[in-house]
Amino acid sequence: MEKLKKEDVNPKILDALLKDTDITIEDALDNEMILNMGPQHPATHGVLRVLLRLDGETVMNAVPELGYLHRGYEKMAENMSYYEYIPHTDRLDYISPMANNVAWVLAVEKLAGIEVPLRAQYIRMMIAELARIASHLVAIGAFAMDVGALTVFLWTLREREKILDIWDILCGARFTNSYTRIGGVANDAQPEALAKVKWFIDQFDDNLTECEKLLNSNRIFIERLENIGVLPPDVAVDLGVTGPSLRASGVEFDLRRATPYLQYDKIDFNVITYKEGDSLARYFVRVDEMRESAKIVRQVLDKMPQGEIMANMPKKVLPKKTEIYTRMEELIHDFMIVNFGINPPVGEIYHAIEGSKGELGFYLVSKGEGHPWKCKIRSPSFNNLQALPYLVKGHMISDVVAIIGSIDPIMGEADK
Amino acid sequence: MKIKDLIKSKIETKFPDNQIEFSEYLDEFCVKVNKNHIVEISNFLKNDEDLKFQLCEDITAVDWAVRTNRFTLVYHIFSLKNNFRLKIKSDVDESDCSIDSVSSVWGAANWQERECYDMYGIIFNNHPDLRRMYMPEDFEYYPLRKDFPLMGIPGSLSLPKK
Repeated sequence: MEKLKKEDVNPKILDALLKDTDITIEDALDNEMILNMGPQHPATHGVLRVLLRLDGETVMNAVPELGYLHRGYEKMAENMSYYEYIPHTDRLDYISPMANNVAWVLAVEKLAGIEVPLRAQYIRMMIAELARIASHLVAIGAFAMDVGALTVFLWTLREREKILDIWDILCGARFTNSYTRIGGVANDAQPEALAKVKWFIDQFDDNLTECEKLLNSNRIFIERLENIGVLPPDVAVDLGVTGPSLRASGVEFDLRRATPYLQYDKIDFNVITYKEGDSLARYFVRVDEMRESAKIVRQVLDKMPQGEIMANMPKKVLPKKTEIYTRMEELIHDFMIVNFGINPPVGEIYHAIEGSKGELGFYLVSKGEGHPWKCKIRSPSFNNLQALPYLVKGHMISDVVAIIGSIDPIMGEADK
Repeated sequence: MKIKDLIKSKIETKFPDNQIEFSEYLDEFCVKVNKNHIVEISNFLKNDEDLKFQLCEDITAVDWAVRTNRFTLVYHIFSLKNNFRLKIKSDVDESDCSIDSVSSVWGAANWQERECYDMYGIIFNNHPDLRRMYMPEDFEYYPLRKDFPLMGIPGSLSLPKK
């Protein structure tokens, strides 16, 4: 963190920073201090830059600055086919790439009218929930590390490592998976992968309790978070906050329940809500949600049927590699799909799933061509970050770190 | 189907003179309004007792490149009460590239409109803090417009001062 002079700050940002006050800029720089936090700061979870206006140690106002990781994924989507874009969704929320893959293919399938086999749907639910567990583990670990409890980070990352091992068996990649395909998933979930998932779920609860014990009886942790960054429910909804941060404020909004996709309407799970709305409640929601996710995965493993994993729609779904080499029809279809794309009918759709950070949606406009005319990513981190100035106002500067950790932004997703 | 009819009848009785079009595609209900009425209709949809579209999920624009009304603003709003998502659309022409801001209705619209301004250059009237969201403040172009090249414009991004 560095202290800034007036000429170091962009005049428009300075305006925003000095809003809601009757003092002039010169006054502010005499009595108050403008502090620059980030973009290279370990507690900002990536490249978030926050400008803080301080009176002593109290935060008077904060202006988040985004765009340090802006790679123009919406522009790129307009220039590549629907298939080519799947690996790019990995790089949005890079802590839970599987959930992004699922969100993208669900949106494209809705646009193109593709019906996916039941087994593929269950596999997608399994990976989406495991991705949620992995993401929440990192969120809690990094959050605890931000407020000074280092051991938890090592323990939660040990658990996450097991999920990465499952990805390894499932699709061959540990981090940037690109496992889903339009019309299904890349390859079937092998018995050893499913056995490993079952083993993971069985031992997960005990290990999570172990991590939880480190925090729930830690007085420093509790006192640094209780009543810090309280977000009332009406403000949370107004600012567009979704996901665990919204549910910690007592609003029971979960897209898996509100607008069920995949087979979530056949699964029994609870939507976790807490009334307090402070940073501690946001931590508790994440822990409880992991238990619910584990419950969902267990049910999915029981209900997963045998059968196909790719839809049988040759004009829209890529054929199997072995068939391309041996059969004429499949070779032609493969050539057409790779070179010209799947050409969904003219129209536009919005499809959103409950990602690990909140509502992850894709708005797609098709003109009947192989690539989308427009793709808009509705990223949860972007909208959740909007609540940051509201949350930090009036708190001490050390609480800013805790509050950023508690809303768990991923800048790859917020900056697109 | 009940909620869609409810929205339709409510809007038609409340705004009888405005030309409001209703459409539906793949079970997504859409209301198309004139850009001058966007704030009053948003206010009505948010505050009506039966509708309560309180969550503004997303605001974006579509650049149609060659059409007379070049841009279409698209708002996705969600009713937590009815578990229903509604799409509002409004056309904006390039010659008068502005629309009233709905950030007074939904707080979430603040950043979403800033992003839209940054990417498409659409001015939102009465916006409290209309700055660029991602690009630097002195960047002169609007990257998501169709006439902006994919590779970017060489030299358009200035390096920071040393």
